[in-house]
Amino acid sequence: MDPTKPILEVKDLTHVYSSGTPFEHVAVEHIDLSFYPGELVGVIGHTGSGKSTLIQHLNGLLKPSSGKVLFKGEDIWKDKKFTHFIRSKVGLVFQYPEYQLFEETCFKDIAFGPRNQGVSGDELEARVRRAAGFVGLKEEWLQKSPFDLSGGQKRRVAIAGVIAMEPDVLILDEPTAGLDAAGRESILENIKAYQQAQNAAVIMVSHSMEEVARLCSRLIVMNHGSVAMDGVPAEVFTHSVELTQMGLSVPQVTTVFRLLREKGLALPADVYTVGYAVDRLLERKEGRPC
Amino acid sequence: MLKDITLGQFFPGRTVVHRLDPRTKLLLLVVYIVALFLAKSFFSYGLVLIFLVGVTLLGRIPFKSMTKGLKPMLIFIIFTAVLNLFYTKGGKLLLDWWIFEIWSDGLETAFFMVLRIMMLVCGTFLLTYTTSPIALTDGLERLLSPLKKLRVPVHELAMMMSIALRFIPTLIEETDKIISAQKARGADFETGSLIRRAKALIPILVPLFVSAFRRADELATAMECRCYHGGEGRTRLKVLRFASIDLIAFFVGGVLLAGVIVLRHFGL
Repeated sequence: MDPTKPILEVKDLTHVYSSGTPFEHVAVEHIDLSFYPGELVGVIGHTGSGKSTLIQHLNGLLKPSSGKVLFKGEDIWKDKKFTHFIRSKVGLVFQYPEYQLFEETCFKDIAFGPRNQGVSGDELEARVRRAAGFVGLKEEWLQKSPFDLSGGQKRRVAIAGVIAMEPDVLILDEPTAGLDAAGRESILENIKAYQQAQNAAVIMVSHSMEEVARLCSRLIVMNHGSVAMDGVPAEVFTHSVELTQMGLSVPQVTTVFRLLREKGLALPADVYTVGYAVDRLLERKEGRPC
Repeated sequence: MLKDITLGQFFPGRTVVHRLDPRTKLLLLVVYIVALFLAKSFFSYGLVLIFLVGVTLLGRIPFKSMTKGLKPMLIFIIFTAVLNLFYTKGGKLLLDWWIFEIWSDGLETAFFMVLRIMMLVCGTFLLTYTTSPIALTDGLERLLSPLKKLRVPVHELAMMMSIALRFIPTLIEETDKIISAQKARGADFETGSLIRRAKALIPILVPLFVSAFRRADELATAMECRCYHGGEGRTRLKVLRFASIDLIAFFVGGVLLAGVIVLRHFGL
């Protein structure tokens, strides 16, 4: 895949819910975005900023009220078959995906997606095992009922169910919501592993600033149904005041640095990870004789 | 899609209809239904229709949401119309083609039957549109409370009803979500034979049932944590009281019923 060509493009997308009724509500407005292979994009924004509406357009679950979504340059709504095909190329993992498990065994549940794609036999088996591997599911779990697993394990099975379709673009809506620290960490590693192995574009919606700051190569900030900021984390976090005004938190270390700057210390504004902050502080210390 | 199901939906408001005591509204609905079934002619149906439209206007309920509520009933309405149209004989023969015969009486019965069903549905919708589920079950419980002497678990039934009503929107939302999630995994609900389509529902129904049971379990625990122990000795935050508008409403209901009975007496 050519990394310079966008794999997914959103052109002037607007979506209006319950159009023509008293409940009419504009969820997203005039959105233009491009996603490239191998990117790990974080989408942030407070509740109701249009994140979920946006991502449901990316795989054709919602039809734009106006505007277009292009997959490798082709309109995903050009015909019914193509829209159906797109859903396996652009994998979407919903929030709390463990509530969609239904099969008798984890193996069968993971196989549901690829089977809908028409994959069968040895290839199906291989795909399921590969997907299970990505999310760190043990072999013996595959034959268990998904309802016997713990919450974190169920989440893994559900994510594996989407990964097994081997999508070029993987979208996750708050994949770590409601998990403990260890569970969050390992799921994020799994996602990163998939992104690197497949050179897939990964789009992750999250509430945790620390999480996206550490993991993503690009951040999109949504506010009131439109894109407020789009850039590398260092750039986005220099606008920490605006982010706070939008009702978003910034990483704690960014706030600490902002407050220090306000006190008159000459520190950079693009600090958002602890490691980077430590380096900057050490630099400063060495630069000046104590 | 699924959100179009308006059953049990409540439009908050502060109109006269909204402010009526739920017991009054429940009793008026009974009066309305009786009047509707007693109605026999254009005049009496017209009278009931005026009542329906009047209350709808008073409650500021958009007519659009009324017709929307009728949509799920469409098949049933058509079925009734067709059945009555072809199976009622009498009056003048209007059409005779192959094995089909349409009589003028059939046409009339079909028309009135359809009208009756639609008005019945609209009337009940009017109640749920203007009365919050809590008020509704509260009213029902109070109206049925004499049955407690016969050991009918009135409070428990009312509680079950309010819980059921409360969870309709939640479950609809949940279903929508599950459908989207399975569609994202390439599930296809729209094509294939009937059996295939029925089978395609399994990925929706299993998670839906699982989550419904989970919710029921959580709710039961939460209720127990708050020391719920049934209706015995339970007091209310809002005590229902009849006001003067209820009296007026009963009067209007009485006039409606009397009007229909009088018209019926004169064969109209």
